[in-house]
Amino acid sequence: MTVAPAPTPARPPPWRDVRVLRIAGQAAVLLAVGLLLAWLWSNLQTNTERLGIPAPTDFSYLDQPVGQSIAGSDLRPTQSRLDALQVGLVRTIQIAIVGIILTTILGIFLGIARLSSNWLVATFARLYVELFRNTPPLVVVIFIYLGMFINGGFLPPQGEAFEIPKLLAMDIRGISVLWVSFTGSPWPYLLILALGVGLGWFVSRWRGRAQDATGKPAYPVLSGFIVFLAVAIVGWLALGGPTEITAPSVGADGRIAGGNKLTPEYAALLVGLVLYTASHVAEITRGSIQAVARGQDEAAKALGLTPGQRLRKVILPQALRVAIPPMSNQYLNLTKNSSLAVAIAYVEMTRVTSDLVANGAPAFQAFLLLAFLYLLISLATALITNTINSRLAIPER
Amino acid sequence: MTGSIATNATAWAKENLFRNWRDAVLTVVFGLILAFLTIRVLSFVLGSDWEIQRVNMRNSLVGPEISGTDLWGPVIGIWLGAAAVGVLIGAMDRAQHVDDPGAMLDPLNPAHWPQLAARTLDRLWPLLALVAFSLLLTTSAAGLLVAIATLALGFLGRAVGMRLPLGSLRWAALAAGLAPLVAVLIIRYGFGIDWKDWGGFLLVAFAGAAGIALSFPLGILLALGRRSKLPAIKALSVAYIEFFRGVPLVVLLLIGSLVIGLFLPRSLIPSEAIRAVIIFTLFTAAYFAEVIRGGLQSLPAGQEEAAKALGLPGWRITTFIVMPQALRNVIPAIVGQSISLWKDTSLMFIIGLAEPLRLASAFTRQPEFRGQGLITLTLFFAGLIYWVVSFTMSRESQRLERKLGVGQR
Repeated sequence: MTVAPAPTPARPPPWRDVRVLRIAGQAAVLLAVGLLLAWLWSNLQTNTERLGIPAPTDFSYLDQPVGQSIAGSDLRPTQSRLDALQVGLVRTIQIAIVGIILTTILGIFLGIARLSSNWLVATFARLYVELFRNTPPLVVVIFIYLGMFINGGFLPPQGEAFEIPKLLAMDIRGISVLWVSFTGSPWPYLLILALGVGLGWFVSRWRGRAQDATGKPAYPVLSGFIVFLAVAIVGWLALGGPTEITAPSVGADGRIAGGNKLTPEYAALLVGLVLYTASHVAEITRGSIQAVARGQDEAAKALGLTPGQRLRKVILPQALRVAIPPMSNQYLNLTKNSSLAVAIAYVEMTRVTSDLVANGAPAFQAFLLLAFLYLLISLATALITNTINSRLAIPER
Repeated sequence: MTGSIATNATAWAKENLFRNWRDAVLTVVFGLILAFLTIRVLSFVLGSDWEIQRVNMRNSLVGPEISGTDLWGPVIGIWLGAAAVGVLIGAMDRAQHVDDPGAMLDPLNPAHWPQLAARTLDRLWPLLALVAFSLLLTTSAAGLLVAIATLALGFLGRAVGMRLPLGSLRWAALAAGLAPLVAVLIIRYGFGIDWKDWGGFLLVAFAGAAGIALSFPLGILLALGRRSKLPAIKALSVAYIEFFRGVPLVVLLLIGSLVIGLFLPRSLIPSEAIRAVIIFTLFTAAYFAEVIRGGLQSLPAGQEEAAKALGLPGWRITTFIVMPQALRNVIPAIVGQSISLWKDTSLMFIIGLAEPLRLASAFTRQPEFRGQGLITLTLFFAGLIYWVVSFTMSRESQRLERKLGVGQR
């Protein structure tokens, strides 16, 4: 008996063949997008020619002198526009880092306060969150800057500086705070500190393994911290005291001298960003702690752990896993929101760019570069947090 | 009995404020901070001379360019919106009380008024407080009449909505969605008010509503595109979403203001406000796309497989099976994103549009108010407009979240 060969299925006509349709559909979409971009690009070229501004691929404007200085930086007007942009980039990154540190501290504190059994503490935190979470960050920043610092009487006029001796002095020109600065180059001591961190981490790992192996307390965190402290002190003495403390003081002429001086613009932006973002971080903290199953806490209690141990060893490590993705989102938001500086004339990356454009730099190139820099920052942040996230995630399935 | 109330209060304070000495210290410290801040805010609000805001109330609401009979445009817009939202709420109420229609509160029945008033106060107190504060400032009879008519129309709409047949909920929702569009068309073309004359609350409300309405469909398309199996579509969607999520909105608005003009022939360049709305739409669509993608991912694969087994064609699976469930799962996140957009409309300040913050600083340059540091007052009021709307929306979203929560599916 022979088996009749199965008839080869007839290929459907191309206009009903799903394989053909898929490719044709994608090609059509790509073609449409490509045509749109080409149309925009040709408009751009016509318009730049008509207006007599540099062609869209010409980035030589970056080499020309800025022609102005930036408040609080030693940039000279003869330096190039690229140098100015670099000053802006450093400032954006700096305000992001300082802001993220302060936001995390304030936000976690508020998030835990919201769960406090003390009614007044919980209410305070709730009012804070509801106030700042629902106010646009720009309103916060502008209100602090124009409504409190410049006009609200929060900063006293020049010559009548408000002072907490040795700690803080402020008037309308700025806020000076007690600060530690380096007498010479900071790098030798920073290197020693980094060494101390490494050594401390190493020791705490070693003590931690000993604790896991023997079951006897070996104080991993404490011993690591002591090692770090020892290195820091020995290094400081060995370098002959590389740091000095600078305290603000009000002179006889009413001017503020010494201390780390923050301009009102910088202070308003920083405070505004921190107050706003902390309300979101507080909600994330609260949600993450509440997301840890109640049984975890009860089981730890049944094992006889103290409240502190339960929080440190059971609740927080699990809450941290839940919190990392939304936290990284908020950090990114803070970084991007630092562009609000443009509204209060604090000169960072966005403000530098808009000033350059106001002074004749070609708008298309300048903003393309700015968007690209922000994309780089976002990408870098995403990479870092993804790495941390994947290292901390519980391996599953 | 007062005695038992006092005992209860003591017991409550002991439990919630003075459990041990650490608790007591915290209570005292936070009590002092809270008392200090309350006194500062109260003395600021009650002790300031609000003349500048009183004179400029109309400017804050619709901008300085709309006056005279043109004011009827925004007023009719608000009335239309209130009526449409009322109809929607009534229809939703009806759908929830299928079994006992008698339990609904009827605005036409005076016996229900105390309960209705209590519920309205409970849900809209921030908005009502802001309106009351503004009316107390201006003591304007016209303003009072408009406010009362708005409330009355809202309740009338609710009375109509709860009398509609059961299946009309989606039509009511559609009507509520279209009402702002109709209002915008009436103001722009019915009263002929050019885009550049829109300002204040009217401008940000328009930008927010238009941004949400336009970016939502685009967001759905992008979310589907990102999950598509077709590589070209997927790559385009991912590139779009990551670009708009990676660049600050401030930068995008500056691009919209200073660069978009270079990309278009001169005759096609839209006005500044419309360019801002386009940027809001493009920006928010990327965020909506991620939210909706989350909803799509939360859906068990069995839903799509079952629909396929029934022989439904692909686009019908998406529109009738997948999308409704996915969207429903992420309603709170969608509302959250809408609140974000509402807050973001304040960024129109940066490109010089007459939104409330920009107007607040403009008021202090009027001759009779110049150089008196009154910007604290006007900024406070402008901030209040933003806060009240955003706070009300977030409370409604929390209600919705609780309502949609466990055991609903």
